Amino acid sequence: MNRTFSKLALWAFLALLVALFLGYFITRVLPDYLPAGRAVPPRLGDLVFYACAAATVAGAAGVAFSRNIVWSCIGLLIALLGTAALYVFLSADFLAVAQLLVYIGGVLVLILFAVMLTNRIGEVNVSNQSLGLGGGLAVFAAVAPLLMLVAVLVPWPVRPPGPMAPTTARIGDEFLSTWLLPFEVASVVLLATLVGAVVMARKELKAD
Amino acid sequence: MTISANWYLLLAAVLFCFGLVGVVSRRNILVVFMCVELMLNAANLTFLTFARQQGTMNGHAIAFFVIAVAAAEAAVGLAIVIAVFRTRGTLWMDEVSTLKN
Repeated sequence: MNRTFSKLALWAFLALLVALFLGYFITRVLPDYLPAGRAVPPRLGDLVFYACAAATVAGAAGVAFSRNIVWSCIGLLIALLGTAALYVFLSADFLAVAQLLVYIGGVLVLILFAVMLTNRIGEVNVSNQSLGLGGGLAVFAAVAPLLMLVAVLVPWPVRPPGPMAPTTARIGDEFLSTWLLPFEVASVVLLATLVGAVVMARKELKAD
Repeated sequence: MTISANWYLLLAAVLFCFGLVGVVSRRNILVVFMCVELMLNAANLTFLTFARQQGTMNGHAIAFFVIAVAAAEAAVGLAIVIAVFRTRGTLWMDEVSTLKN
């Protein structure tokens, strides 16, 4: 009973936060961006953006707040997919594909493997440690308003972005000119990762 | 696109906050790990938003490096998780406290 009540209270608190923020956003911030006088009918691209954003936020909430770790994994999948779709909106097609291949095809599968290998999935172990949900809410209350208000209220220079164009060639040019040293360092990091993961995951061989 | 940069930044902020709350409040190593990935993703979204806004490719390059480092981190981190589970039989962070004191 107590746990159900606390869970309900938590969700009510989160819903209240979201509602407050949305209300502030719609009444105070949004009118500056709309042309005065008439309502703008939403366009299809905007609707797709909102759908992707909603899916991403829902997936992120699933990762952070789900009790079942498999649902956390699926939430992460949804969040990563939504973010990849948003990358396409930001005309970062190459990075969207890289996200699909590396994150969803690699990292998520690795996490799922780890979940399945550590076979205590259905374990309900509600932690009441020192930095439990209270600490989480405290950090949320400390960080979230700052980040969101900065994101919303700062008048970032609105310049009309250029037309969407394939970015692969330009990224390649950048990698081999401006970012050459980080590029090579990244390859060394990947090599070290390869060796390190093998060393950590192998079985110890007995020297005979 | 009529969506201004503020919306993308707001979405990235929400993602980052969710990841932060998950890192602080959850005690399963794997969930903490997923929340870290979520925060990296939010940072990537911010980088790409500003890259779109500025019309340069620098944000793309940095986001690419972030993805590479996240993949490396996933490989090594999950190897550590498996090793911890093998030797200790638990994934709860408060029980893995050998290096404390």
